[in-house]
Amino acid sequence: MSVRVQRDDFDIGAELAALSDGDTGIGGVCSFTGLVRDLHPQAGEGPGTVRALTLEHYSGMTERQLEAIEAEARARWPLSSSLIIHRYGRMEPGERIVLVACASAHREAAFEACRFIMDWLKTKAPFWKLEDTSSDGARWVDARHSDDAAARRWE
Amino acid sequence: MLKLLYFAWLRTKIGIAEERVAVPEGVTDVAGLIDWLRGRGDGYAEALANLDVVKVAVNQEYVPFTHPVAAGDEVALFPPVTGG
Repeated sequence: MSVRVQRDDFDIGAELAALSDGDTGIGGVCSFTGLVRDLHPQAGEGPGTVRALTLEHYSGMTERQLEAIEAEARARWPLSSSLIIHRYGRMEPGERIVLVACASAHREAAFEACRFIMDWLKTKAPFWKLEDTSSDGARWVDARHSDDAAARRWE
Repeated sequence: MLKLLYFAWLRTKIGIAEERVAVPEGVTDVAGLIDWLRGRGDGYAEALANLDVVKVAVNQEYVPFTHPVAAGDEVALFPPVTGG
């Protein structure tokens, strides 16, 4: 099990390969990759609106929260291994922000645990997005009620 | 002393990311601390006007506004999170 909070990009292929390397009891790896997008459907803004995102985080608490979320996933599902990588700093559209991956003997556990980790991460990990937009400059992204609802499903 | 941390738009409204203060007289919990902070200036008052959009962590764990604060604590105030 592993949590990394870093400024640098990551190599999805290498990370997923490493997750199951040497464990032939693993039947499947499920992963989610979050990307910076350049549009803002909630605000009715189309492609090209978001020029960049800057992610701020609470160093120390971030790692603790992510480790607690990962531990909770491993308590709920039989995972052979798991990984959370979350970036901070400035990123442009198309760049990778987050990778969550779960490996298990069976696909069900891997799928569910991956979704659970993302849902809890969205509402518990102390990150904040500052958007640089072409419409009105820099603005902080608001939390979404739909994310709260998604996280509550697992409680 | 208390170590106070502010993030995202709370940080920009208050104007600093971090400060150390002596535990104010009469302050025993997070709610009391926030009341005291509001009196320190317009930036604080504006940042802490609506507690529906303020989250609190004491020593890096989420806590309610009723949570006690004491010398040596690290208290962070920030908006609802938007990572992922």
